[in-house]
Amino acid sequence: MSQSSAILLSLTLNGEPVQVAAPAHWTLLEVLRYKLDLIGSKQGCDKGDCGACTVQIDGLPALACLTLAALADGRSVTTVEALGCGPVVHPLLDAFDRHDAAQCGFCTPGILMAAESLLRRSARPVTRHEAASALAGNLCRCTGYTKILDAVVDASERLRAEHDDGR
Amino acid sequence: MLRLPQFQVATPTTLAEAVDLLQRNSPGARLISGGTDILPNLKHFLDQPGLLVSLARVAELRRIDRDDRAGRLVLGAGLTLAEIAQHPDVRAYFPSLAKSAGLVAAPTIRNMATLGGNINLDTRCRYVNQTELWRGGIGGGCLKSEGQVCHVVPTGRRCVAAMSSDNVPVLISLGATIHLHGPAGQRALPLADYFHADGLRHTHAAPGEITAAISVPLPTSPRRCDYIKWSVRQSIDFPLVSVALRFDLDADRSDAAITDVSVVAGVLGAKPREVNKLDELVVGRSFADPSVAQIVSEAAYSQCKPLPNVPYDPAYRREMIRVLTRRAIAAMV
Repeated sequence: MSQSSAILLSLTLNGEPVQVAAPAHWTLLEVLRYKLDLIGSKQGCDKGDCGACTVQIDGLPALACLTLAALADGRSVTTVEALGCGPVVHPLLDAFDRHDAAQCGFCTPGILMAAESLLRRSARPVTRHEAASALAGNLCRCTGYTKILDAVVDASERLRAEHDDGR
Repeated sequence: MLRLPQFQVATPTTLAEAVDLLQRNSPGARLISGGTDILPNLKHFLDQPGLLVSLARVAELRRIDRDDRAGRLVLGAGLTLAEIAQHPDVRAYFPSLAKSAGLVAAPTIRNMATLGGNINLDTRCRYVNQTELWRGGIGGGCLKSEGQVCHVVPTGRRCVAAMSSDNVPVLISLGATIHLHGPAGQRALPLADYFHADGLRHTHAAPGEITAAISVPLPTSPRRCDYIKWSVRQSIDFPLVSVALRFDLDADRSDAAITDVSVVAGVLGAKPREVNKLDELVVGRSFADPSVAQIVSEAAYSQCKPLPNVPYDPAYRREMIRVLTRRAIAAMV
């Protein structure tokens, strides 16, 4: 690696400012996994077909495997690790647990990030169809999707109920 | 894991700067916008540019302007496909475009991919969009990769990789114009004239020219339009049958007379195909006349000849052009 092709990135990563140096031709996924040890985002097909690397960039789900790290500079990146850091279990994680929505688990981080973005942007509980549309870029080869959709709809209803209770 | 080849990345903030960077580093510099097309291709080592010039920070590409006096909607090339699909003016005036933009790949890709990138989507072929190892397995690639032969048309000397954009057929059917910025200045041409039938270089963009915007004339009469996409998974994948339909009518009733018609198909060869001679066949007829669906779908069938360049049997895809076109027109009435 020649010195000149390294770049210095400044990101807001899971709410915290982060600076990291990386080769200019690395993807965001490579920087997350191999520089920052955030291995929740998975390297599946690595070419945009499977959605296992889904993260949120400025709040919208995007594929870390097709985002050049250099172009994520200055942006806000949220990975699945952020969901596990709250004081209480996130309703989406709780619902995935109760519905057995993860089997091998490889697709789960990407699905959680796509689903979280949908739930956060929806003013009312989401329908099954809306959940399926939002997750249309995430492949799961174990579950057949039924339990995943059950969990996302359930989490959305609980989030809404919590919101209405003013909690 | 698929490694990218080594390159540098430049992030200009103006179009002029981007044009200049492309020109100064040519050949060997390529544009990147959303990255969802070029990065998989680079991961397959279909090209090894030394520099990627990013359009992500070029604010002037992100405009969307409705000019009622000039009667057109101008869409900046840097708008994402999600933004195009959701924009109120696109949905109101060009529902077939909102539909086609909303059918590209998957939500994650549509949040990243841009209109300009989709217009300039590289042509695709089952023998090209594979790993280097796979291409080695068929004897070292083809005309479009590292080889000397075409595996689709073995006697062919011209690449027939397919123009696979969902939005291009729709924009051509709507009479769109493409606005280019290059070293020689700015120019505009009908999007229908932007493509040509060579999968290696399937657009008329001059070296260093960048797609700045697409303008689409606002409808001046009642209209029925639709976009047909058939693909295997209905998500993530590229179209295998792709047809855009537009009928202008003399009144806003389904039994009104047809005043203008456009039918454009994609995913055949490197160039989208405008189904011709439709004017003399259906203009003047009532849109509710059941023979319209029959005539248009038969014309599409006879003029569109899919090749074995993308998955699925060409004969089946050809039949589906006829069936889906007929059904779409019947459903619009």
